[in-house]
Amino acid sequence: MGVEQKLGNMGVVTTTLEGMVNWSRTNAMWPMLFGLACCAIEMMSAQASDYDMSRFGMELMRASPRQSDLMIVAGRVSKKMGPVLRRLYDQMPEPKWVIAMGDCASCGGVFNNYAIYQGVDEVVPVDVYVAGCPPRPEALIHGVMTVYEKVKGESFKQYAEKYK
Amino acid sequence: MDKKLEPIVKAVQDKFSATYEEFRDEVHLFLKPEQIIEALFLLRDEYNFELLSALTATDYWPQTTPRFHVIYQLTSLEKNLSVQIRVPVNGDSPKVPTATGVYGVANWRERELLDMFGIEVEGHPDPRRILMPEDHEGHPLRKDYPLGYEEPQFTFNFDEIDLRKPYAKE
Repeated sequence: MGVEQKLGNMGVVTTTLEGMVNWSRTNAMWPMLFGLACCAIEMMSAQASDYDMSRFGMELMRASPRQSDLMIVAGRVSKKMGPVLRRLYDQMPEPKWVIAMGDCASCGGVFNNYAIYQGVDEVVPVDVYVAGCPPRPEALIHGVMTVYEKVKGESFKQYAEKYK
Repeated sequence: MDKKLEPIVKAVQDKFSATYEEFRDEVHLFLKPEQIIEALFLLRDEYNFELLSALTATDYWPQTTPRFHVIYQLTSLEKNLSVQIRVPVNGDSPKVPTATGVYGVANWRERELLDMFGIEVEGHPDPRRILMPEDHEGHPLRKDYPLGYEEPQFTFNFDEIDLRKPYAKE
């Protein structure tokens, strides 16, 4: 905000509308918890006091898809759970992003069998993959920061083309 | 064999002309599918084997007759004994009468048999798949079901796997 310094104490800031919108989206992105398995413990500990995710805007985790922006798929998704996951993803209002947390959500992890999806991107489109089994809370926070950078780089043109 | 188990095994052997095998203090009795319900009633009522610990099956493919062995493991809590009943079943259309009349826990165990092995259970009150989704074809725990789902990705075959993978649309 270099303009602010030049204008002194007038309290005026100029920015672009896109910058404004993206900044507001990143500063209060509420995740929808989809903690299925062991990665959910790390997600909980990332939200708790020692590795606080509220510093980054995720003040609370909404259990309802209608009130959330970000879906963190933490854990392995079985074939029976796939339609449920897709339905919840469809119920989230736009704009929405998805983090695939952990190895099982990214690529199937250690499970290569008849019952587990090899990567949750067979069910929902994923923006950021966080590796680890389970990823440390700092790794999850790094994944969240990567989503923020992606959001800050979005433009209205992309949205217009998506919904043409 | 445990001393207390000997008369019980002898009684079952005489009544159903069954053979048995022993392995490290475990007794396996071999019965025919028609004799199961009677044997279960006998063991439950007279000899107090009140707990059906396990109801599973094993697959001995590529040997086709008998391909499956359906296993009933009965435990008596007061006497601290357990006995196992094995029922050899053929591979082409395996059928077993239901044990839900004897033990209520057999309901879900037989649904698991149906789902994982394809062994039909006659007279079952709720024959649905229990572990896999309803429209899944195939029976996963048979020996001729493929073991893995996707081949491991290395750098040399990553692009081929990437083309075949069913990515989700928006």
